[in-house]
Parts: sequence; C-alpha cells; structure tokens
Amino acid sequence: MSTYFVKRLTYMAIILLAASFLIFSLYALTPGDFITGNIKLTPERKAELREIYGLSKPLIERYLTWMTNAIHGDFGYSLAQQKPVLTLFNQYIWNSFLLAAVSTFFTWLIAVVIGVIAAYKQYSWFDTLVMVLIFAAMSIPSFFIGLFLIKVLAVDLKWLPPGGMITTGSNAQGLAYVKEVMHHMTLPVIVMTLLGVGSLTRYFRSNMIDVIKQDYIRTARAKGLTERKVLFTHALRNALLPAITLVGFELPALFGGSLIIEKIFNWPGIGQLYMQSFGLRDYPLLMGFTMFIAVLTVIGTLMSDILYHLADPRVKL
Amino acid sequence: MKDLLSIDHLQTFFKTEAGTVRAVDDVSLRIKPGETVCIVGESGSGKSITAMSVMGLIGNAGGKVEGGSIQFQDRDLLKLSRNELRTIRGHEIAMIFQEPMSSLNPVLKIGEQVIEPLMEHLKLSRKAARKRAIELIKQVGISRAEQIIDAYPHELSGGMLQRVMIAMAISCGPKLLIADEPTTALDVTIQAQILDLLRSLKEESGMSILLITHDLGVVAEMADYVAVMYAGKIVEQGEVEAIFANPKHPYTKGLLRSKPIMNQLRDELYSIPGQVPNPLELTESCYFHDRCEQCMAICRTKQPELIPVGDSQQAACWLYEEEKRYA
Amino acid sequence: MTIASSETAQGIKVNKNQSHVRSSLWRQSFRRLVRNKLAVTGFAVVVIMFLACFIGPFFSPYTDNKINMALMNHAPYAKHWLGTDTLGRDVLTRVLQAGRISLTVGLASMVLSVFIGTLLGIIAGYYRGVVDQLIMRLADLLLTIPSLPLLFIIGALLSEWKVPPDYRMYIVMLMLSIVSWPGLARMIRGQMLSLREREFMQATIVLGLSDRRKLFRHLLPNLVPLIIVIATLNIGGAILSESVLSFFGLGVMPPTPTWGNMIDAANNMIDFQERPWLWLPPGFSIFATVIAINIFGDGLRDVLDPKQKR
Repeated sequence: MSTYFVKRLTYMAIILLAASFLIFSLYALTPGDFITGNIKLTPERKAELREIYGLSKPLIERYLTWMTNAIHGDFGYSLAQQKPVLTLFNQYIWNSFLLAAVSTFFTWLIAVVIGVIAAYKQYSWFDTLVMVLIFAAMSIPSFFIGLFLIKVLAVDLKWLPPGGMITTGSNAQGLAYVKEVMHHMTLPVIVMTLLGVGSLTRYFRSNMIDVIKQDYIRTARAKGLTERKVLFTHALRNALLPAITLVGFELPALFGGSLIIEKIFNWPGIGQLYMQSFGLRDYPLLMGFTMFIAVLTVIGTLMSDILYHLADPRVKL
Repeated sequence: MKDLLSIDHLQTFFKTEAGTVRAVDDVSLRIKPGETVCIVGESGSGKSITAMSVMGLIGNAGGKVEGGSIQFQDRDLLKLSRNELRTIRGHEIAMIFQEPMSSLNPVLKIGEQVIEPLMEHLKLSRKAARKRAIELIKQVGISRAEQIIDAYPHELSGGMLQRVMIAMAISCGPKLLIADEPTTALDVTIQAQILDLLRSLKEESGMSILLITHDLGVVAEMADYVAVMYAGKIVEQGEVEAIFANPKHPYTKGLLRSKPIMNQLRDELYSIPGQVPNPLELTESCYFHDRCEQCMAICRTKQPELIPVGDSQQAACWLYEEEKRYA
Repeated sequence: MTIASSETAQGIKVNKNQSHVRSSLWRQSFRRLVRNKLAVTGFAVVVIMFLACFIGPFFSPYTDNKINMALMNHAPYAKHWLGTDTLGRDVLTRVLQAGRISLTVGLASMVLSVFIGTLLGIIAGYYRGVVDQLIMRLADLLLTIPSLPLLFIIGALLSEWKVPPDYRMYIVMLMLSIVSWPGLARMIRGQMLSLREREFMQATIVLGLSDRRKLFRHLLPNLVPLIIVIATLNIGGAILSESVLSFFGLGVMPPTPTWGNMIDAANNMIDFQERPWLWLPPGFSIFATVIAINIFGDGLRDVLDPKQKR
C-alpha cells in the first residue's frame, strides 16, 4: 500500500512539473503582454517595467524563477490588479464554488433518482422519455441554452435577473443579501444542472441496469424482500459504488469555475476573472489559474482512486 | 399423502426477437412433504425455468407463465398477488442457486444478508435476528460463525458461501427448498459435503427438496423421485430406483449410458449423438426423434404423451404407446 | 458424468463457417438497428440536416450574400423565412451555409482525432513497454491541462499570426483534434489490453500466429465496432466544441459563417433582446444535429458494442 502511494505521488509530481513547463511555455508563446498592450506607458517606462518583472530574461530562467516561487506557494502578483494571485483567487473562487456546489448537488440528486427509476422500468414509456431527455441535455450547446433561458426567463418574463451576483448598486445585508444572491444564482444553477444531468443520469441508469441483472439481486428477491429493499439496499449501493470515482473528477469543476457560464451570466467567479485577465495578458494570473486547474485535476484523479478503494470491500491496495 | 406442491400443465414462454421460446411446455410434477424430487436435463431443457416459475421470479428473467397452475398447499401460486407471493418466497419456499460467488451481494456483510429474511418474514428484531443468524451459520457447519457474520462474501470460499446461502434459505423454516444446481460450481470434495448438509437438514426439518441438476451422480445420491426434462418437456419420470434400474425413454437410457461407472473399463465413453434442437424450430414431433436410435415414422409427426410404463414410472415415447395398444 | 456432448459439436460448426458468421453478424446488427425507431429517426434527422446544408443553398436566391441595407434586420416574413441580419442577408441561407462549415468541421475533426487516437491507442496497447509509456504519459499530460485555456492560447496565436479566415477552419479542426485524442487513445488502449487477455487472443499466442496476423485479423476486427461508435458520437462533440470556440471568437471567423459565430455575432444587447431570429435558428440547428447524432450513435452502440454502455 505505501509503495503504491509513493509511486503514485512521484508520478503526480512529475506530471505536474511537465504540465507547469508546458503551461509556462504556451503562455510565453502567446502574443502580446501586459506592458506592450498598455498605451499609457512611455517606451522607457516599459523597458524599466520589463526589467522589474524579469520579462527580458530567457525563457528557462523565467520558468525556473516562477516554478521555484510557485513551489513555495507564491504565484506572483497580478500585473493588472496589483494583488497577489492567490489573494485574488481566494476572492473569486468561492463565488464559483457556490454555483458549482449547488448545481452539482442538484445534478447528482436528480441523476440518481431518475436513473434508478428509469433502469427499474427499462423499456417503459417513462424510460424512453428519460432517454430522450438525457440526449437532449447532452446535446445542448452550453452558451446557447444560457442565452435562451436569459431571453425567456429574464428578458421576456422578467422572473429572474439576467446576470450578476447582486443587483447593481444594492447594499443588501444579512438575510436580504442571501436572498438576493439566491435569486441571481437560480438561472446559472439551472443551466449548469441541465448541462451535467444528462450524462450522469445515463451513467446511473446503465449502472443500475447492469446491477439489476446480477445474481445477488435474484437472491434478494428469492428471499422475499420487498422491491424497495431489493432496489435501495441491494441494487443502489452497488450502482453507486463506481460513481464514487466521479467525485474526484468533479474537483476541478467545483473549484475551477466555468468560463462559459460565468461569462454569459456575468458571474464574478474565477472563470470570469480568467477571461478578463486573458484580454489583458495578465500572465501571472493566467498561469496561476491554469496550473491551479492542473493541480486540481491530478489531485482529483488520486482522490477517485483512493475513494474507490475505500468504498469497495473487494479491492485492496 | 397430500402433495405439498403440484405443478399442472405449466407453460412458461419467452418472447424473443426471433420468436417465442416455449421454455417449459406442459410440465406437470408433484412433490410430497419430506420428499426429494430431482429434475434432470441438459442446459436449456427448461429445468431452471420451471423452478423460477414456482418462485414467481420468471417475470424478472423476462419470461411469462402462459398456462397451467402451481398448487402449493392450498393456494395456486399463479393466482396470488405479487405481495402475497413475496411473503411465501424465502419463508415457505426458499431457493439456493448455482453460483454462490455471485449470488451474495458483494458490498453487504454476510450477517446483514442472513438476517434480512428473519426480519422480513419472522419479524424478529435486529438483535434477535443476529443471534439467530449466528445459530444458523453454525448449523450449516461453519465453525467461526461470530467472525463470518461480519465478513464480506469475497473473503469466503465458494463452499462456505454455498453454506451461507443454505443458512439463509432455511432461516425461516421453509416447507420446500429449491436447489438449482447447488454443487455445479464447487470442487468435487465440497460437492459431497454440501449434498450431505442438504440431506441432514432435510432429515432434521422434514422439508421437501426440489433439486435441479444435470449430474446423474447427484440424482442417485439425493433423489426419491426423478423427472427427466428434454426441450421443455418431461420425457420420463418415476421413482429413482425404477428409473436407474429400468430406464424406458431412449433419452434416459442414453443419459445413463453416458455416465461413467467406477471400476468399469470401457473403450469409449458413450455420448448421445446429435444436439439439442433449436427451441425456435420445434414442430409437432417427439423432440428427441432426430437423436433417437429407435426413431419411428410416427415420432417425426406426432408428439407422444406421458403415459404410465411399469408400476412406478411414466414415459413419453411412442415405443410404449404401441406396446400398450397391442397389450 | 455430465451431459455436455452437444456443446463441442456446435463449437466446431461455428469455427468452420467463421467468415460467414462475421458477415451475418453485421447483417444482424443492421437489422437490429433498423428496428430501433429512435435511432432511425436520429439518422434521418442527420441525413436531412446534411442534405439541407449541402444542397439547400442551391435553391436559395440569396446565396451571394449581397449586403442589402434596405432590408436590414427584418423579422421573418414570406420572402425571408427566418428574416434578415444586420447586413440585410437572408438568415435561412446563412444558417444553411454555416451548417456546411460546422458539419464539415465536426466531421473532419472527428476523422482526424479518431485517426490519431485510434492509431496511438493501438500502438500503445499492442506494443506496450516504452512506446506505451511515452504515448500514455503524453496523453496524461494533455488531459491534465484544461482544454479551454489551451484553446484560448492557440486561438490568440492564430490571430497574432494573421491566419486568413479561410484557413482558420482547418486549424480549428486541428485544434479540436489536439484536445480530444488523449481520451480516445486511452479508451482504445484499454480495450486493446482487455482484448489481449481474452481467451481467443491467448489462443493466437498458443497457435504461434505472426504479429501482423494477430493485429490485423484478430485484434482490429474486434475494435472496429467500438471505433465506429466512438467516431459517431465524436461528431456531435466536435460540432459542440466548434460552436463554443466560435462563440468565444476563437474558431472560424466571419465572414465565413458557422452556427457558433452566428450566435456570437448576435450576442449584443439589441440583437439579443429584440432580434431572436438572428441567434435562435443557428442554436436550434446545433441542438437538433447533435441530439440526432447522439441518439443514432447510442443506437449503434446498442447493436455493435452492447458491453460498452457508459
């Protein structure tokens, strides 16, 4: 078990190191930088700033400096906002997390319930309907459904605000603030849930269909257990088990924000921050963000493995 | 003595893309209290389907009982509601299966699975059920019952798991135990142990056993009464001694000839020529005719009925129908 | 002691007629596919979409895309079924022309990524060892880096290098393949590894067959159903990705229309709120095409690769 972990962790470190170099090089390749693009600066001042930010040094040297600092937990300063990158992350991430956590919750809830019922009634009209809806959900272009729902629910019907996290100029405090945020997040949460629920429902449905065919389900029925017990004690546990690996894969989505959704709904999350910074070529922030997602992806994969081993009594490390 | 279970003219069909499979077609069988009845046949002969029909689980397997009746004590099982049937399953009629490895839920502890029927049917409290479960596990010959009860299925061997399955099956004191190839997946030495266990449990409780097997050795060891199935029909049935001593149907004769006998040297092991007919292409005939060494013209066009042959035996074969006519 | 005489006899019969069995297997699959009404409907919608986009514009009087200031932003009416856009062009004609590009990009980038993914997956899974390590580590690396930022960077590079709009389409195909091959390669490799462990592959080793024969006669034919299914579903994915890229202004650029950039072009306050005919038709076109492809692909999966149900 311990050698397995040492191996896994070493591999993780190597992959992240390679990823960091790739990310750094790619951004170094990206045309333009924060200083060149700023018309307010004189050429002398620009040269001076380049020297300060180390932009005139060779790529490898810049990479090593960045990486050394990053390993020490210092991702540098955002050039545009003159704040440490990590401080900015901390400021924006929780907004993204709020959206992601709530929609993930609803996605899983709906997917498990609908998936189980559809599997149990395989080939019924309900199952067919669910299948069509699953395909529909899986086939919607994310930005289009966002725009479409804003048009219908916010612009035409005026039920919900079209974007942002709070009403512009609002000073709401306490409970009123919570209510306002909830009101604003309804639309993006609906869209995110819709986008995720299709494939997950399908996943649970097919897992459940496989499980229902197993011999031990026949045994459970032969024991004269109620269908409820057969489904929820015997089948569901086995169907949920492989899904535990998905929890880890959700990690980047939970904390990494969504570029598309946050752009469309003007949600002040980390994805939105990235989009703004990309226009400004605020490299420390861009690299920090990309690296952050890479780290989350790698940790998520490891988490999935560990969770799977913990959950399934048959698998031993 | 009154029959415990009487199956009459049972028909169980499967509707497939290619057509209707008459998996069990007009099968009648009786089981008396305390009796062990064996159904023998090749895979696909309909013996397991018969058992699943009795359990009322055929719907979950994709088939449907299309006709006949299954009388258990005073009730027709086919006329009961799903819920009434459920209260009989695992309580008055219990079942064990071929693959003990896959028949237990891998994510639930052994104890959890054994106490379920006790709580469901006997309404025991969780604590009482657990106590009873330990007794049951001991009763089926597992010594470390207190540890085993907290183990997961993958931690036990196939033989142990089959014992657990048996413990689960007898937990509510069933009147009938259906055992579907209970030893097929086990090692030969374990097979004998499991059969011994079944026999001694039967003697203790007086329950009946419906044993399904393709293994004539098992039949010889366990059965009081035998039914031989071929292509969804019973071709011969009778007291076990009679069948073994004096098989009537050519198929039964073939089966017995293909059984190797200890200490007896033979040049070549006999095997019945040909193969089981495609269940979708059956036409009015004796289904065994193209493999039968004594096939006559009538066998190809008309189905023989099960008729008494000898004192304690019935066979469905034109050979005897003719005999009877001339007698 | 047991009754098993018939099984062996059947086994021999099957082996003798292997080629016959294979062709009738395909025929059988086809017959089962045709019986799946949902899948057939999906296929019909895809065909109609393709025909409409590739042939439809020939029947339109507005294909020259002439700018007509007199007819700017007209709501749908008899002469322009889906209205006109900001430059007075017929929206229906543009949606169909955009469909050509979007479908071509989807199809081409599918072919490219399936080709790369399958090839690398097969090489990795078959030869294993160092080659496998190299390919799979590269795939791991690419899967670690989030794809949208990666696409942003490439998109920015393209703009910097002043790639002409006509060529951008091809580069977009390449971009989409770069981000989608690792997942495919991983799947194919996994399938290869599990096939290797199957009895019939063990048998080819025992029989001492050559590498070529093992690969081309025994392994690849077993991968084909999986590849067909992946390829079908991948077209839908590629169309969606292209639309996202175009929406972010990173994909194919106007004046070459695609469904994605048509929606993007209408993404301003007034067009968005007052002129839904500009962006609803391309959006629904994407939706209809992708859902049809997905349903058809799933039907294919059911008949070709029933085990791989995820």
